[in-house]
Amino acid sequence: MAELWIDMLAVLDGTARLAAPLILCAMAGLVSERSGIVDIGLEGKLLTGAFAAAAVATLTGSPWAGLAAALAASVMLALVHGFACITHRGEQIVSGVAVNILALGMTVVVANALFRHGGHTPPLGAEERFSPLSLPLAETLRDVPVVGPLYAELVSGHNLLVYAAFLSVALVWWLVWRTRFGLRLRAAGELPEAVDSAGVSVSALRYRGILIAGLLCGLAGAYLSIAHGAGFVREMSAGKGFLALAALIFGRWRPLPVLFACLLFGLLDTVAPRLQGMDLPLIGPAPVALVSVLPYAMTVVLLAGFFGRAVPPRALGRPFAKEH
Amino acid sequence: MTALPRWLDIGVLPVVNLALALLAAAVVVALVGEDPLEVFGVLLQGAFASGSLGYTLYYATNFVFTGLAAALAFQARLFNIGAEGQATLGGLGIALACLSLETVLPGWLVALVAIGGAALFGAAWAVVPGWLQAYRGSHIVITTIMFNFLASGLMVWLLSGPMMRPGQGSPQTRLFDEAVRLPAIHDLVRGLGFEAARSPLNLSFLFALLACAAVWVLIWRTKFGYALRAIGHSEEAARYAGIPVRRAVVAAMALSGALAGCMALNEVLGVQHKLVLNFSAGYGFTGIAVALMGRNHPLGILGAGLLFGALFQGGAELNFEFETITHELALVIQGLVILFSGALAYMFTPWLARRLFLRSAAHG
Repeated sequence: MAELWIDMLAVLDGTARLAAPLILCAMAGLVSERSGIVDIGLEGKLLTGAFAAAAVATLTGSPWAGLAAALAASVMLALVHGFACITHRGEQIVSGVAVNILALGMTVVVANALFRHGGHTPPLGAEERFSPLSLPLAETLRDVPVVGPLYAELVSGHNLLVYAAFLSVALVWWLVWRTRFGLRLRAAGELPEAVDSAGVSVSALRYRGILIAGLLCGLAGAYLSIAHGAGFVREMSAGKGFLALAALIFGRWRPLPVLFACLLFGLLDTVAPRLQGMDLPLIGPAPVALVSVLPYAMTVVLLAGFFGRAVPPRALGRPFAKEH
Repeated sequence: MTALPRWLDIGVLPVVNLALALLAAAVVVALVGEDPLEVFGVLLQGAFASGSLGYTLYYATNFVFTGLAAALAFQARLFNIGAEGQATLGGLGIALACLSLETVLPGWLVALVAIGGAALFGAAWAVVPGWLQAYRGSHIVITTIMFNFLASGLMVWLLSGPMMRPGQGSPQTRLFDEAVRLPAIHDLVRGLGFEAARSPLNLSFLFALLACAAVWVLIWRTKFGYALRAIGHSEEAARYAGIPVRRAVVAAMALSGALAGCMALNEVLGVQHKLVLNFSAGYGFTGIAVALMGRNHPLGILGAGLLFGALFQGGAELNFEFETITHELALVIQGLVILFSGALAYMFTPWLARRLFLRSAAHG
């Protein structure tokens, strides 16, 4: 019994690790899309953040400098998106595609220029990364039945950015649903004309939404390369930004359901490799590759409206032109 | 929005936007510490030197197919960003046809079936998001993204399981029979008594040219094309005019997917002669850049396809010539082209209009 409990905790622990970047990116997408700006550039910002963090951590030896660089780089990319979509009212999808491809190319080009390491950064040492934190009393309480392992294995022992990811959900919820700024932000994504006639600038709101998205993606990127991983590898975001986008839709643009979607997707990702080589009843050898794309299939089914309905913010993707 | 005269819109704006993208890329190159002129020189030489023209055209073949796919959907204001997945499925269609029929039917007939299979499978993978958009209101951008990932998952599963080459550990099918492969251009040319450098360029390049012509006819010379353009301008008006919008949307996606699927003709039936993982290699996304630069017109797409073909082939040369600049510079330029000729397409329109004293336009 105790062993099963430990196994389950290990799976949940893995889930938290894999879900952390999804949560941060999905929250980024939530803030941006609630303001009316489609963000399919999450992937690119994530990748750029990961690269900037690893590169600067390598050069300075400080994970904090790496984190700052990740935030700055991701925000810069977010501003490019904002300049195209808000200032020039360009197509948001096209701009997002541009951001992703730009990130894909730039990270490798700059990595090669800086390190000549085949588009990677050199591996980082322990002091150049965010290492796991041991919460107070974790070791003392480990032997307490049931709760002890839960605290020691699952709650304690993550790096700073995992805790930041879970904290970001509460923060985003508070910011978007409990502040005046949040009310206006959501209005900009639903009925920008109303915001405008109230004398509040839609552009400024949307720029702020995009900035927050940039910061959160930067955190996620830093997590990938200098907390969870130990260095930048080309294309290391590996579709996580798009998976976060799926989670955002699956959770219908609301913080708590989005969090659960991220955890569910993280769980699937943790379980899939464990199924390798297992024989399932009726199915035969476990189709691991198919299990890992299950989140995308579930999102399509949800979008199709066969169960529930995912209704995006009403003005999502619509550029706002102030009337003169 | 300020309207420019057609010749400016088609002739000048793309050039201005390309110049901007190249300028921004040059800044990147300079920051990295290389001489931009030297880098672009190597790029050009790498793309058009006598031995490499075939490679440039081979890349261009992919880009023309995916560019046409994006453009056809754009005509009805549909963002098909699922060309990656549709091309992947096209490859699957080819592989299934070849592997199952090549011992039964003569080679040329199998090749024909395979071509049909590529188009059919690509179309099928696009029809589902199209149908979901038209009849269930699911946003096509999101569903096509999801379908890209579904396609790659499906392919990993098939190629590491049911379709894996017997007795081998790598995720790919066995080679197709020689008789079903598309002939290489250098072999065809040699058959006519000329010499040509060896390159992966194959018969699919001619198919790509045919596809350009077919798309032009379809868009500007048929009722269906008119319906697509009408939907693109105003879905509301199109519906009011009695155009069956939903059916047209599904049909547009089917054709777009079929074109994307045909990209696999070049890669799978023409070059690799087997199905491998990830042969679409981002070419589907490049198609978006090609369509934007080519202003959604088949001729423009042909030109933009050649340009990107040159960029990719020339980019490969960068790896040998420079220590710090690699072929990923082509991706940077591609991203910048999408940014300037897509998202920021009209940044310079008012400025251009004022420069040219187009008073009426500037007021519009």
